[in-house]
Amino acid sequence: MTALRKMLPSWLTAYAVLYIGFLYLPVIFLPIFSINTAATPKFPLSGYTLKWYRDLATTPALTDAAWNSLMVAVSASLLATMFGICAARAITRYRFPARRSINGLLMAPLVLPEIIIAVSMLLVMLQLGLNLSLITVVFGHVLICIPYSLSVLTSGFEGFDRSLEEASADLGESPFGTFRRVTLPMVAPAIISSLLVSFTISLDEFIMAFFLTGTDATLPVYIWGQLRFAAKLPGVLALGTLLLIASVILLTIAEIVRRRASRRTQNMGGLIA
Amino acid sequence: MPERTMIEISRVTRSYGAFKALDETSLSIREGEFFSLLGPSGCGKTTLLRMIAGFDTPTSGTISVDGQPMDGIPANRRPTNMVFQSYAIFPHLNVEQNVSYGLKRLRLNPSEEQRRVEEALAQVSLGGLGKRGATELSGGQRQRVALARALVMRPKVLLLDEPLSALDKKLREQMQVELRRLQQAVGITFILVTHDQYEALAMSDRIAVMFGGRIAQVATPKEIYQRPTNCQVADFLGGMNFVKANIVEENGSTITLDTPVFGRVKTDKPVAFARNGNAATLGIRPERLRVLWDDATDKHEVAGKVVDRHYFGEITHLVIEIPGFEKPLSVTETNNFGADDIPVGAPIRLAYDPDALVALAD
Repeated sequence: MTALRKMLPSWLTAYAVLYIGFLYLPVIFLPIFSINTAATPKFPLSGYTLKWYRDLATTPALTDAAWNSLMVAVSASLLATMFGICAARAITRYRFPARRSINGLLMAPLVLPEIIIAVSMLLVMLQLGLNLSLITVVFGHVLICIPYSLSVLTSGFEGFDRSLEEASADLGESPFGTFRRVTLPMVAPAIISSLLVSFTISLDEFIMAFFLTGTDATLPVYIWGQLRFAAKLPGVLALGTLLLIASVILLTIAEIVRRRASRRTQNMGGLIA
Repeated sequence: MPERTMIEISRVTRSYGAFKALDETSLSIREGEFFSLLGPSGCGKTTLLRMIAGFDTPTSGTISVDGQPMDGIPANRRPTNMVFQSYAIFPHLNVEQNVSYGLKRLRLNPSEEQRRVEEALAQVSLGGLGKRGATELSGGQRQRVALARALVMRPKVLLLDEPLSALDKKLREQMQVELRRLQQAVGITFILVTHDQYEALAMSDRIAVMFGGRIAQVATPKEIYQRPTNCQVADFLGGMNFVKANIVEENGSTITLDTPVFGRVKTDKPVAFARNGNAATLGIRPERLRVLWDDATDKHEVAGKVVDRHYFGEITHLVIEIPGFEKPLSVTETNNFGADDIPVGAPIRLAYDPDALVALAD
C-alpha cells in the first residue's frame, strides 16, 4: 500500500508532463520550423534563417489580410462589448419576464455549430441584399463574441453592490454622472477583459470569416489559402509564430487586469460583509 | 424648541402585487428630532425610509420634506442623505474623495470644499485619515466615513438604515452614544431604522413601532416602554408578563380591569385602545416586580413558588408560579441581595407597584 502511495505521485507527474507535452509540443514546432532554411518542416533542421519573417513584410496580400483582421477584430470587440454591457446590466440588475430564456438565447451561439450559424448568416445577409465584405464579417463576429463578452461582463457586474449607485444618487449625482463616476470605474476591468477576449476570438475566427467575407481576406482565411502551396508553408509558420507571440502578450495583459479586478472585488466583498 | 414639521407622511401605501409592504401609513416627524422606526424585519420600516430617500415610490399617498411634496422628485434632488446598512463606501476612492463625492456637484472653490471635508471628518473623529484608501478601513471607520459623507452635504434629514447592525456589541454601544451626541451637535433631523429595541430606546426622541406595514404606536422611548398600546408592542420592546383580564369599566381616559390575584386595577387607557369584547390583557414588566426578603411586607404583594432560575451576571431571571395565574410570572432581580442563590422550588413573595400595571389591547 505504502509503495503504491509512493508510486502514485510520480505516475501523476508523468501523466501531467505528457498531457502538457501533447498540448504544447505542436505549438513549439511552429517557431522552430519558422526559422528553418528548408521549406519542408522536418528534422534535422538544415539551417537557421529569419528569411521567412523578412518575406512576410514584403507580401502585400498578407499585410492587407493582417490589416483587415485588425480592423474586423477591433470593430467586432467594440460592438460585442457594447452590446454585452447593455445585456449584462439588464440581466444582473433588473428582474423581467423571460430573463433567463433571453440570457440563454444570447449564450446560444457558444454551443451551436459554428458552420450552421455561418451558413444561416450568409443566407440572411444575401436576403437583406447586403454585399459580402468585411462589414458582414464584423456582424458575424459580433454574434459569436457576444456570449464570451456577456459571460465576462455578467460576472464583473454581479459582484457590484447596487447600494453604491444608490449612494451616488443620494449624494446628488445624476444617473449619467453615477455611471461615469461609480459604475464605470468599478466595472472597467470586466470591460477591458471583454474587449481583449472578443478581440482574440475575432482575430483567429475562420468559419464565419470564410463564409461572410467578399474579396478581402482576414488572416485565418489568408493562411488557409496559403496552405495549398507547400512552398508557402514556412511563411505561414512565421506568421503563426508572430500571432502566437501577440496572443501571449494579449493574454498576459488580460490576466493582469483580471487579477487586479479580483483583488478589488475581494476588497469590496470585505466592505459589503 | 419650535415644533416645525420636517417630514409629513400622509396615507402612504406601497404594494408589491397583493402584498402591502406599507399600508395607509401617516406620520409626522419634527425638525431636529431623532426619530426611530422600530420593528421586526419585513414590517415596512426600510421601505418607508427608502421612499423618503427616493429609492422607492409610494403606490399611493404623499411624502413631504420640509413642506415640499416629493412626488416625482428623484433621489439625487432630495434634501435628504442616507447612511446605508452596507455603508456603500466607494471602494475605488480614498476617504477624502468619498466624503467630497457629493460636494463635487456643488462646484465650491477648492479651499471651501477642503474645509467642509475636514470639518465633516473631524465631526466623526476621523481627522487625519483623509488619504486612507477605502478598503483599508475597519468596520467602525467605514461607518464613520459613511456618516461624514452624508453630513458634509448638510441635509435637512439624515436617514440611517440599520447603521450599527454590522458592528460588534462594544463598538455599537459606543456609536449609539456618539450618534446621539452628533445629532444634538448638528441639529439635523435623524431618522433611524432599526430592529434593536435597546438602540431605539437609547437614542431616540420618539419611536414609531411598526408591524406588518402599519404603525402600531408613536411615542417617546419612556412612554413606549412603560405604556405600550398593545401586547405586540409591549412584547417587542422587552420582557413583559401578560395576565388575562376582564374589562369592568371603561370611561374617557381610564379603564378598570378585573384580574385574578392583582384584583381590580384602574389604569390609564392606551391611546388607541380597540376594545374587543370584554377581554383585555394586563401587563407588568419583569423588573417592576420585586422580591420581598425575609419578613419584609408591602401593600401590594403576591405569593408563589420559584420554578426556574437563569443567571445573567448582573441580574437573575426568576420564573415564579402564582396560584391563580395561567402562566408563571417572569421577574428580573439584581444580584445585589442574593437573587442568584434563591433555590428552585422555594416559596417566594413579590411586591408590585400598581402604577406599573398597564392595560393592553389584545
